Amino acid sequence: MGNISNLPIPFLVLSFITILCALYVVTSKNPVHSVLALILTFFSISAHYVLLNAQFLAIVNLMVYAGAIMVLFLFVLMLLNLSKDSEPVKSNLWGVAAAISAGLLLVIITASFQKTGIAIMQGNAPEIGLVKNLGRVLMTEYLVPFELSGILFIAAMVGAVLLGKRDGATVQEIMDLNNDANNA
Amino acid sequence: MLNIFQSLEISHYIYLSCVLFCIGLFGVLFRRNAIILLMCIELMLNAVNLLFAAFSEYMGDKDANGQMFVFFIMVVAAAEAAVGLAILVMVYRNTRKTDVSFLDSLKD
Repeated sequence: MGNISNLPIPFLVLSFITILCALYVVTSKNPVHSVLALILTFFSISAHYVLLNAQFLAIVNLMVYAGAIMVLFLFVLMLLNLSKDSEPVKSNLWGVAAAISAGLLLVIITASFQKTGIAIMQGNAPEIGLVKNLGRVLMTEYLVPFELSGILFIAAMVGAVLLGKRDGATVQEIMDLNNDANNA
Repeated sequence: MLNIFQSLEISHYIYLSCVLFCIGLFGVLFRRNAIILLMCIELMLNAVNLLFAAFSEYMGDKDANGQMFVFFIMVVAAAEAAVGLAILVMVYRNTRKTDVSFLDSLKD
């Protein structure tokens, strides 16, 4: 394990922001604040990707996670009107148990990685993470997983629509119900 | 870009990813709101993604195999979020709650 004082400043700052925002996601009472902190976490992880020569991954991470998935979460939060503190307070015992479990896992994993040694990163060629190279690899070596992930997406989309649809009632019937309720 | 890694070791990324993963695990164990639970799972997946990218850089792989794995994890995460949120909306419609501790009727 290396000395922490001679680490590069960008890595230290980014790691600090990442861990701080991740902690806020978990501990915040307000779900909307959690979503916003998670978006900040994804931004700092994208900055880590840029440091790691994965430029296209950084952009995709921003677009898919911060752009699409988190907006979906925020939309569901607003739709269900959960932005207030609706969560019942848990006993402290539960939190202590969860913290001990997660802390034990952290100790076990880090202890098992203790012997990985002082291997300096070799470093990729800077153009390895650009869309030209990644597209070539995706369309040649990983063509079958790429097509399979398309099928997975269609299955997930059909499943989501099927789950979200209200049984039996069409939109017109729901609107009629609402009109009846307003007239009554 | 390379001189930034003169003093950076793979173990630092391993520790960072482990801390992120365990924060996500703590959230899954501690929180009861189902939306926060899904967000903590996204956090754990992102810790793994970061480690994949770091090992891709560490090994110096010419074919970017580690970065391709990050793509496929992102695909699975997006599908999981969509289906999970659809289930969540349906549960809320039926029970008016998103608290996972009430969803224990299979236990009886």
